[in-house]
Amino acid sequence: MCLAVAGKLIDRSDNDGVVDVRGNRVRARLDVVPEVEVGDHVLLHAGFAITVISAEEAAATDQAFEELERAEEDERNADRRPGDA
Amino acid sequence: MPKKTSETPTDARVTRNRLCARIADHVAALDADRFPADRPVSLMEVCGTHTVSIHRAGLRGLLPARIRLVSGPGCPVCVTPQSYVDALIALSQQPGVRVATYGDMIRVPGRETTLERVQGDGARVSVVYGVMDALKLARERTDEQIVFAGVGFETTAPTTAVAVKLARGEGIGNFTVLGAHKLIIPAMTALLEGGEVQIDGFLCPGHVSVVIGADAYRPLAARFRRPCVVAGFEPLEMLDAIERVLRQLAAGKAEVQNAYAKVVSAAGNRAAWATIEEVFEPADTPWRGLGVIPRSGLALREALADLDAARRFGVEITDQEDAHGCRCGDVIRGLIEPPECPLFGGACTPANPVGPCMVSREGNCQAHYKYARSDG
Amino acid sequence: MTDSDHILLAHGGGGELSDTLVRTEILSRFPSRELARMADSAVLDFPGTRLAFTTDGYVVRPLFFHGGDIGRLCVAGTVNDLLMSGARPLALSLGVIVRDGFPMADFRRVLDSVAATAREAGVEIVTGDTKTVGRAAADGLFLTTSGVGVVPEGRRLDYAAARDADAVLVSGTVGDHGIAIMAEREQLGFETPVASDAAPLVELVEALLAASPGARCLKDPTRGGLAVALNEIARASGRTLVVDESAVPVRDAVAGACDLLGLDPLTVANEGKLVAVVPADEAEAALRAMRGARYGDEAAVIGRVQDGRPRVVGTSALGGQRIIEMPYGEELPRIC
Repeated sequence: MCLAVAGKLIDRSDNDGVVDVRGNRVRARLDVVPEVEVGDHVLLHAGFAITVISAEEAAATDQAFEELERAEEDERNADRRPGDA
Repeated sequence: MPKKTSETPTDARVTRNRLCARIADHVAALDADRFPADRPVSLMEVCGTHTVSIHRAGLRGLLPARIRLVSGPGCPVCVTPQSYVDALIALSQQPGVRVATYGDMIRVPGRETTLERVQGDGARVSVVYGVMDALKLARERTDEQIVFAGVGFETTAPTTAVAVKLARGEGIGNFTVLGAHKLIIPAMTALLEGGEVQIDGFLCPGHVSVVIGADAYRPLAARFRRPCVVAGFEPLEMLDAIERVLRQLAAGKAEVQNAYAKVVSAAGNRAAWATIEEVFEPADTPWRGLGVIPRSGLALREALADLDAARRFGVEITDQEDAHGCRCGDVIRGLIEPPECPLFGGACTPANPVGPCMVSREGNCQAHYKYARSDG
Repeated sequence: MTDSDHILLAHGGGGELSDTLVRTEILSRFPSRELARMADSAVLDFPGTRLAFTTDGYVVRPLFFHGGDIGRLCVAGTVNDLLMSGARPLALSLGVIVRDGFPMADFRRVLDSVAATAREAGVEIVTGDTKTVGRAAADGLFLTTSGVGVVPEGRRLDYAAARDADAVLVSGTVGDHGIAIMAEREQLGFETPVASDAAPLVELVEALLAASPGARCLKDPTRGGLAVALNEIARASGRTLVVDESAVPVRDAVAGACDLLGLDPLTVANEGKLVAVVPADEAEAALRAMRGARYGDEAAVIGRVQDGRPRVVGTSALGGQRIIEMPYGEELPRIC
């Protein structure tokens, strides 16, 4: 229901910010993310940053998926017989 | 932006298979008394963006047949009453009035016509990307009354609230909002209370949750004993969320889980919520297909009445029956699947939509038309 | 809700509504078999030769944008339409409609651009017309170019010729032009490094057709993007086109801008790209030829033709499928 895009805040002047979204420089309002600092990643919706994206949580998500893949890999290795490629 | 794992198609499929295997295990482990084998396990994905993401990734085809994904009322365009569209159309045709709206709304059929068509006839309609553009129009076009169509859920409401505050602060006298913002949890509650649709668990909207916080679902989860998992929008994130709901169901749990923690916190965005509360108050609001739900919408506070287009222009939004045989109401409630609507695919297609569920890219009908029909 | 008493902006969007307008209002009045083909150029048979003939109007706003301007567009667009029929472009006409009060400096700049692009494409502007209109009547400057070219003996490109197992290729990244133009429209609030791809594809097409003499058809995906081009080929050939969406080249910044605006890159305009359908055994040669030619370095194989209902099916990395529909008309910014 809500298109939101992630980007990096690269400039600001009070509540007017510039966010880099994959190379595009997007104007966004910062009124509802008072804690944001230049350099933070934010989530944009309809011209506003609606939250700061936590770098740790983003990494944690990646990690969870990585674990799933490692578990699968381990299973494949356990099944491998000599002579297999 | 941190790099997403599972970048290659192969990696993604490995994870996908892993999650699907777990889902199958959970389904097999479901308590037979609570979930008799002849009855599907229904998960409601509330949010329109989730509907599209699920279809796009072909997730339905990956899940065991017993799991039924029901699309919920989380499409702001779809749940906007027809009378709201008619009100915007009427306003746009008034001399000196310009309607500023998100692109989503301009093709939604009112009783007779659409904003797009009246724009062709000379009515003043401007499509904007955000509410700040509407405010800018008001500052620039001092000879016009700018009416901003404030549509959207809790994700979008803070942005309208900020604009209202700025307009009041700057003394902008030609800017008003025709409010239609809605709150998602009252709608979820109404569906559960209504009991018409079987819902065993929820995939909660990711971006609404950014504002309201994952904890917001706790009372609902506890009262109705339904697992609620806040889900992201990537296909694997959605699959992960589905797996968590099933895991809870198999274990007899009914908790709130946040599977989108990279942007959603337990408490949500307090600053955004505080801004909403400064400007709006909860109001009984008509939802297309769901009727009037108590305290489910946002109305401008009395102190800000002069920024309320409804009051300035004497507009009343009513909940009336859909015209033309449209069954969007039933689709929104999850009562019928789009193909069960007699108009689906014939009289009602994305090119010639009758109701909002077919107009909106996040409408269940359009999603179904585009994605589900590719099989066969 | 289909009948309209008035022309809508969306009627010019290149999608479903445009198509309907042309079929119901225009084709119905002009019973030419060549017109009914609705190809990029008409191909007219004369004794000993086949002439390709095409026309296009250019109404782009703003007139000057990153990567080009209306002058470059009006030559590239018409030259490309000739090339899509397999013709060697010969000559263009240039019709100018310009508003009273239009700055002379801008007028010269546009014409210089026309000249430079014509030189690049190896075509001459051989005839033209200039009209001025009152300030209220026009929005600055409109250009119309018509073009003629000769189709070599034995070369017959036709969308209807696509057949089962054929490969579908695209000559480079999609969505660049549309995003570049949209960014210039200040109210969308973003600046982009993306430049319009407007370019005449003379060298690219010659290299491609030399390497793939069995090529079935070419099409330039202009308004309405790749989605329109693929759907038109599917309809004309009566076959299914299956596209691997992860294989379609899209610049990162274009993907980001599309995410921001809620657009599908496959429906965003291009002005310097082509879609080619070639026999499967010529696909590799076709790809290599394009990649070696100017404007083709990011060419890719994106799908295949298969027997089935006329439609375009997109497949995603996770194995999901969707129907890539003809877009309705104008793509507008959305929130959901």
